[in-house]
Amino acid sequence: MPLDLYAEEIISHYEHPHNKGSMDKPSISVHEYNPTCGDDITIYLDIEQGRIKDVKFSGSGCAISMASASMLTDFIKGKRLEEIEKMGLPAVIELLGIDPGPARLKCATLSLKTVKEAAFMYQHKAVDRNTKEL
Amino acid sequence: MKRFSVEQIRSDFPILKTKMNGKPLIYLDNAATSQKPRQVIETLDNYYENYNANIHRGLYKIAERATEGYSGSKEKVAKFIGADSMREIIYVRNTTEAINTVAISWGDANVKKGDHILITEMEHHSNIVPWMRLAKKKGAVLDYIALDKNKCGLDAQSIGGMLDKRPKVVALTQVSNVLGSINDVKEVTRMAHKTGAVVLVDAAQSVPHMAVDVKQIGCDFLAFSAHKMLGPTGIGVLYGKEDALEDMEPLLSGGDMIKTVHYDSYTWNDLPWKFEAGTSNIADGIAFGTAIDYLNTVGMHNIRAHEKKITKYALDELDGLDGVTTYGYGAKDIEKRGGVIAFAIDGVHPHDVAQIFDSEGIAIRAGHHCAMPLVTERLKQVALSRLSFYLYNRESEVDSAIAAIRKVKKIFKV
Repeated sequence: MPLDLYAEEIISHYEHPHNKGSMDKPSISVHEYNPTCGDDITIYLDIEQGRIKDVKFSGSGCAISMASASMLTDFIKGKRLEEIEKMGLPAVIELLGIDPGPARLKCATLSLKTVKEAAFMYQHKAVDRNTKEL
Repeated sequence: MKRFSVEQIRSDFPILKTKMNGKPLIYLDNAATSQKPRQVIETLDNYYENYNANIHRGLYKIAERATEGYSGSKEKVAKFIGADSMREIIYVRNTTEAINTVAISWGDANVKKGDHILITEMEHHSNIVPWMRLAKKKGAVLDYIALDKNKCGLDAQSIGGMLDKRPKVVALTQVSNVLGSINDVKEVTRMAHKTGAVVLVDAAQSVPHMAVDVKQIGCDFLAFSAHKMLGPTGIGVLYGKEDALEDMEPLLSGGDMIKTVHYDSYTWNDLPWKFEAGTSNIADGIAFGTAIDYLNTVGMHNIRAHEKKITKYALDELDGLDGVTTYGYGAKDIEKRGGVIAFAIDGVHPHDVAQIFDSEGIAIRAGHHCAMPLVTERLKQVALSRLSFYLYNRESEVDSAIAAIRKVKKIFKV
């Protein structure tokens, strides 16, 4: 395993997550669950004119899932929904600064998967049935 | 083997000489699957290289040898668990398939609307879901024997109270794969039989680690897997009392499990073959016999004694660490528990714990251990880390695990 997975920055985001909380009236919120770890996450998006004005997340899980949620929510603030749609595993690796490896892929990408689902649902008013594992 | 020697045993297991992440492999995930001695691996090779043939129908030498090997393996299993004969030994894929066979075949014929089915709060999913499905299909009621207040064993009052509902079947584990607790399945069977229930024992975590005798327990069915007891994957055992198996319809039908077939009728084959439709898992069945030989040579009492010693040592060490919680009976009640220790480190998710262990070459399990209701609803944890021991584990490997926990605590500053 890449031990840098527990680098100072990741642990710091896990201990003091950014954007943790909920939103009273989100444009959309989506809940996701990772049965392998029991990671549980809800993403709240405040969307204005196709742009993410604010984002919050709530839930619990392993350090990798929570740190990546913290980093991702920082990153997507102000981004356009089309930009979110284009994001994938490479974006997560860039944020974490390390490839999480196959065993922790689901933990690392859970928040992005949830954000993408939320963006899709907001735009298409439907569940994305073609969502693939990231 | 006159004297129990861990080092001598270890020399039979090729994998224990390998490395993981550049560190010598320390394998502490034996409740998930055990490692295999070279004798078992060689049996597999020998079958495929020298006498690979289908069993029962071949009229030539190597087919006879394969048939003898496969049947002989069942004879060994029968003797190992104290069954009357190999007629009571059905080979399936694993414990899960054994339990499903009973829940589907026996359950379909014997459970009706409004009947009660009784299991316990500490079951593995494989001893919950098949019964829940049966209850839903039949309109039956699924009851659970509650954990005692310390969340270690089964609550005695709950056993009595639930049996008063006169369940048709009682299915329970002999050793919990999370708590490590050993249930008095003999006593539960005695009580359940008084009320007319049929009893199935999930022995996946007991048969590999201690002497188990089906006659002494008195249960009607017992299920376990070869891969957790030095054998190959893909072979499991459903033991059933001969009368119970005679009365039961096979789950699958087709070749090998029939005596005669006509255009308008058929007759079942004799036990145990009635339950094994199609070509069996011959190679793994034969190699399972070798695993039993190996366990007999070491001696199940020696294995149990070794596991008690190492488990007690590990519990003492773990309980001495700040912020670490262990589950199940404590070190002073070692007689009541097997070699499984679930633990939690305050403020650290078990998957992070397991990953840091991995970096130290230590294989442990983290998650709900296929006992989600127990872990989440009774122990109130999203997941737990788990160490589980076997005959080849050293006390020094426990020391390495403790050092890994200290490393986790350092990284997470807890």
